[in-house]
Amino acid sequence: MPLLKVDHMTKNFGGLVAVDDLSFNVEPNSIVGLIGPNGAGKTTVFNCITGNYTPEAGSITFDGQSIKGLRPHKIVELGIARTFQSIRLFSDLPSIENVLAGRHCRMKAGMLSCLFHAPSQKKEEEASVERCMEELAFVGLAHHWQDPAGSLSYGNQRLLEIARALASDPKLLILDEPAGGMNEQETKALVDTILAIRKRNITILLIEHDMRLVMKICEKLLVLEHGSLIAKGEPSSVRNDPAVIEAYLGSDANKW
Amino acid sequence: MHDTTAAHHFHAEKNKTVGRFFEHNKRSVFYVALILLFAAFPLTGSSYWIDLGVNIGFYTLLALSLNVILGQAGIFNMGHMAFYGVGAYVTAILNTVWHWPVFWTMPLAGCAAGLFAAIVARPIIHLRGDYLLIVTIGIVEIVRIALLNDIGGLTGGSNGIFGISRPVLFGFKIVKPIHFYYLVWGMVAVSYLLFYMMRRSRFGRALNYIKTDDVAAEGCGIDVAHYKLLAFVLGATWAGMTGSIYAAKMTTIAPESFNFMESCIIFAVVILGGGSQLGVLISALLFIGLPEIFRQFNDFRMLLFGLAMMLMMIWRPQGILPMRPRLYAVSKKLFSGAKESTSKGQEKIA
Ligand SMILES: Nc1ncnc2c1ncn2[C@@H]1O[C@H](COP(=O)(O)OP(=O)(O)OP(=O)(O)O)[C@@H](O)[C@H]1O
Ligand SMILES: [Mg+2]
Repeated sequence: MPLLKVDHMTKNFGGLVAVDDLSFNVEPNSIVGLIGPNGAGKTTVFNCITGNYTPEAGSITFDGQSIKGLRPHKIVELGIARTFQSIRLFSDLPSIENVLAGRHCRMKAGMLSCLFHAPSQKKEEEASVERCMEELAFVGLAHHWQDPAGSLSYGNQRLLEIARALASDPKLLILDEPAGGMNEQETKALVDTILAIRKRNITILLIEHDMRLVMKICEKLLVLEHGSLIAKGEPSSVRNDPAVIEAYLGSDANKW
Repeated sequence: MHDTTAAHHFHAEKNKTVGRFFEHNKRSVFYVALILLFAAFPLTGSSYWIDLGVNIGFYTLLALSLNVILGQAGIFNMGHMAFYGVGAYVTAILNTVWHWPVFWTMPLAGCAAGLFAAIVARPIIHLRGDYLLIVTIGIVEIVRIALLNDIGGLTGGSNGIFGISRPVLFGFKIVKPIHFYYLVWGMVAVSYLLFYMMRRSRFGRALNYIKTDDVAAEGCGIDVAHYKLLAFVLGATWAGMTGSIYAAKMTTIAPESFNFMESCIIFAVVILGGGSQLGVLISALLFIGLPEIFRQFNDFRMLLFGLAMMLMMIWRPQGILPMRPRLYAVSKKLFSGAKESTSKGQEKIA
């Protein structure tokens, strides 16, 4: 059974059809890449899955449950965590608090125990801080734990977003251009990080323009153009697909 | 330079250093001194000063409760007086009609204000800041007009309600301004402590995430609408309880005490405070205390108030004291032995 199943999904913005009758599956424990030229509708697909947009038609099933129309926080609770294409960290807050934001939905202390610092609240808080430090260490940012997120380098901010997403114990991690703005060395480290995430039995769906990264780590590619799927399959076969070459030549020839 | 600031910011239980111990005690010393100062104030002053102190205390309580809504969660509520009014009227009615002791009515006054807040805020809490501002102005006006129109024959119209009895605490009757001074400022101390603890918790953090970027907060798994509503209800409940004591202090209440202008003043006190509770306290002392002291200048005092606000906006737009970073106990082994980051750059690109 696929972990994520998108079926005949359509999303319009006014007259513009951003996602057009799109269907695809993501199998558990795989790394799937969603690629396509600028404006193809990739981010829109992600926003539909994470509940930021509600598609006009079609269905989205995660882990055997329909998630279409649920609010984003509910979807995170069910096990889908994301990063944003345009980094959305809480830039004035220290890194550790950014990661704690992702941990929030796994914590239970209610308003009253927060007001009075009940013993259970204190214990939970300590355990959560420790867990979030582990996630920071996982992406290699532990020594930045008290620096404001906005003071980190661009590449480190992307890693911090990944740590924040991981803190919510996701089953599926959705990354929107994780290597965007990274230099070559950072991108290399990111590949290791993504492979290490998969080792933790977390399924990964990612959008990426860096074709070398995509070819290296994705087991399956989905190619989107004008909101519909023009090719899917293993990276090697997709790469030689005439329709794909056409799409990229038509818009952004030097991306490959 | 980076290392020294780091040493000042974190609080590692497992390896205390002398420097950090001092840093920690400095704050305690400051707060003890502050409490002593407030406790000693009535011993020196005349009844005019004590009454002024009580008045500032009410405003401080209101401002601290609005700070949860506006300062912590960033919800633009310009109708806070509505909840204060609901609390005051609940106490006044229960006390004068059914002769309930004031302190018994206080939890009910808080709950009534909280419930009222939940009902009116639920449909509007998702609105953008500027729209919410207008709707909350509407709420405070509707409450005032409803009270003026003697709803249910209980609120006494424009005359309000008089003959509210004095509160009795463990057999001690609270009558004199000095009694109220200690009662109100005692409540300020308790609220200050509770809201401080609240800020250093999952709940407080959630409010701050929402204030910074609600889309990102929702995307991280925080139920934004739920937490906004909780903050709103908590602040309103506190305002309601404050209103309860206000009614007992005044013994007479009228709709005009809970108007839009007063809501504006509380709003300004919180904004000028800058988000931290100490900032709000200083702001309340300055912006409620000083205009009262300059009362002899009459019309000029509002002019001074406005001028002071303009100057603040220009020179200190972040408010008197912005929020301090929270402290976390993190053992050294969790961050020092970690592998090097992929990038050592500190500059922010884009
Ligand atoms: N909120 C919105 N309102 C209106 N139009 C939108 C909105 N979001 C996206 N679009 C449009 O939908 C189309 C697909 O956009 P989307 O951001 O999904 O593309 P993308 O594949 O992620 O592109 P890129 O590679 O540049 O990130 C674009 O034409 C875009 O202008
Ligand atoms: Mg995009």
